[in-house]
Amino acid sequence: MTVTGTYLGMNLAIPENDEQNLAYFQYCATHDFRLQRCGNCHLLRYPPTTGCPWCMGMESEWHPVEGKGAVHSYGEVHHAIQPAWKAHTPYLFLLVDLDTQKGAPTEHDALRVLANLVTADGEPAPPELVRQVGIGTRVRMVFVDAGEGIAIPQWTMDQDAEQPPPWRYPQE
Amino acid sequence: MAEAKPVDGTTPQYLRDKYAIIGVGETPFMRGSGKTTRALGTWAIRNAIADAGVEPGEIDGMLSYSIGDSTATPFIAGDLGIRLNFYMDCFGGGSSTEALLGLAIGAMEAGMCQMVCIYRAMNGYSGRRIGATGRTPSTISGDGLHMAPYGFFSAGQRFAFSFMRHMYDYGTTPEQVAMVKVIHSEHASNNPKALYPRRVTVDDVLSSRMIVKPLHLLDCCLETDNGTAIIVTNAQRAYDYRHTPARVLGVVGRCNWPRMDMHYQHGPISSWAARYASKILWPNAGLGPEEIDVTGAYDAFTFTTLLGLEDFGFCEKGAGGEYVSSGVMRLGGARPNNTSGGHLCEGYTHGMNLVIENVRQLRGEIDDSCPIGANGNPEHSYDYRAGGCRQVKDVAVTANIGWAGPITCSAAVLRKG
Repeated sequence: MTVTGTYLGMNLAIPENDEQNLAYFQYCATHDFRLQRCGNCHLLRYPPTTGCPWCMGMESEWHPVEGKGAVHSYGEVHHAIQPAWKAHTPYLFLLVDLDTQKGAPTEHDALRVLANLVTADGEPAPPELVRQVGIGTRVRMVFVDAGEGIAIPQWTMDQDAEQPPPWRYPQE
Repeated sequence: MAEAKPVDGTTPQYLRDKYAIIGVGETPFMRGSGKTTRALGTWAIRNAIADAGVEPGEIDGMLSYSIGDSTATPFIAGDLGIRLNFYMDCFGGGSSTEALLGLAIGAMEAGMCQMVCIYRAMNGYSGRRIGATGRTPSTISGDGLHMAPYGFFSAGQRFAFSFMRHMYDYGTTPEQVAMVKVIHSEHASNNPKALYPRRVTVDDVLSSRMIVKPLHLLDCCLETDNGTAIIVTNAQRAYDYRHTPARVLGVVGRCNWPRMDMHYQHGPISSWAARYASKILWPNAGLGPEEIDVTGAYDAFTFTTLLGLEDFGFCEKGAGGEYVSSGVMRLGGARPNNTSGGHLCEGYTHGMNLVIENVRQLRGEIDDSCPIGANGNPEHSYDYRAGGCRQVKDVAVTANIGWAGPITCSAAVLRKG
């Protein structure tokens, strides 16, 4: 059965045969962050894929992963393209290096998970929060429920972590 | 008719020098063409046929590329009364032109056809908008679930991570990057075809409204309606036609970064697929960046020109900000880039107009505002002030660098026949 949901008014759908995304988002719906771990080489991978990008292994299991990391890069949207986001500009999308498996299998690899900056309760971040975040900022994952069997993982500032000064685009 | 020159057969495995671009043509660059892509395609091809001086019946191969926003070859060839021995319509935007140049050579080398026309026809402003306005999917599925819900959708949004990280890794400044637009606008001011011929300053770029950091409005290319076409044949035949051919020294096509599914899983993300493509292009062409007179580095955004030139070795990795702001790539500089004004100022065609410009540079027949002499060709003044000349002196070799996001790169080296 197709899983459907909505996020900020956007329609989301995962058809029955998309086994990988069905599993990923069903774990998200229980606020449990899991990634595929290859049954052959045991490396984790993101996004969900049908085979292992490191060894072509076809078997995998869904392994719990800590939703914590640091911002590797970001973009700050002032002119939204999608109507759903127009009310929330400026908004940030963050590319976050998970602490788990950073620098493996090579120094250039990391599990890099894209999501927005949101408040601790999952609302799009207001401008004063947007200004506090840049490359290096420590974040933790929160989930925003989007329907039966689907929730959207998002990033919020990790208040328990020591925060390095963020690197921000020089022109504010 | 130009004098025939012998084919360099020293490296036949790469087909170096064995094929040439003999004709180029385009429609005007418009915002609101009022025409179908079918009409734009036939118009551009007719212009390329006239430019080459071929009979329409001599074209027996045709290739096109689009992102679902064009008209396929069977319709366009039919409208021109051309019967084809080979055709193929490929999916792709940026970096397709150079890749299809290689595929055209392959088709001819395989004996499938003798002369290939490659075209791109698009209503990038009035049809499927290149900036993605109005293209929000009604339902988000598949890989899109990991991107589109986050307001991560348009080209500028999808490339922002790479651009921002380049500034972080190398200290590249907004002022340096803005110089790409400034220099291309200078070039456009000498191009009667350019959609935006007005010269702009660094301050104009940095004070234009922010679209997605680090991209201001003037860091982004122009949404344009247009058709463009080039005609390719083998070097023996190439001298039977009107112009000095632009011989193809080497190509690389649609060369990829690892992990195309969200490429940023693999770093360093301040680099891109050109890191791999450059290792194919230069050996194929038998020369290196230091021997290139004019570049055509894809400028969908100011940053893409910087990344293109940097990862092809025109400067040290990380020194792109210095390179693009130094004046090297200005008309009158050591190695001008996108002398037409490029995608930022002439018009956006997913790369074809950048190749057309370099073919004209190699011929020495740039269509600027210089007076036409007795032989029918412009008499170039080499005075690059606004409204003047944009022909570069003594162009022997050019390079085009195509970008289709950080994941995909194509490129071509052409020489004066």
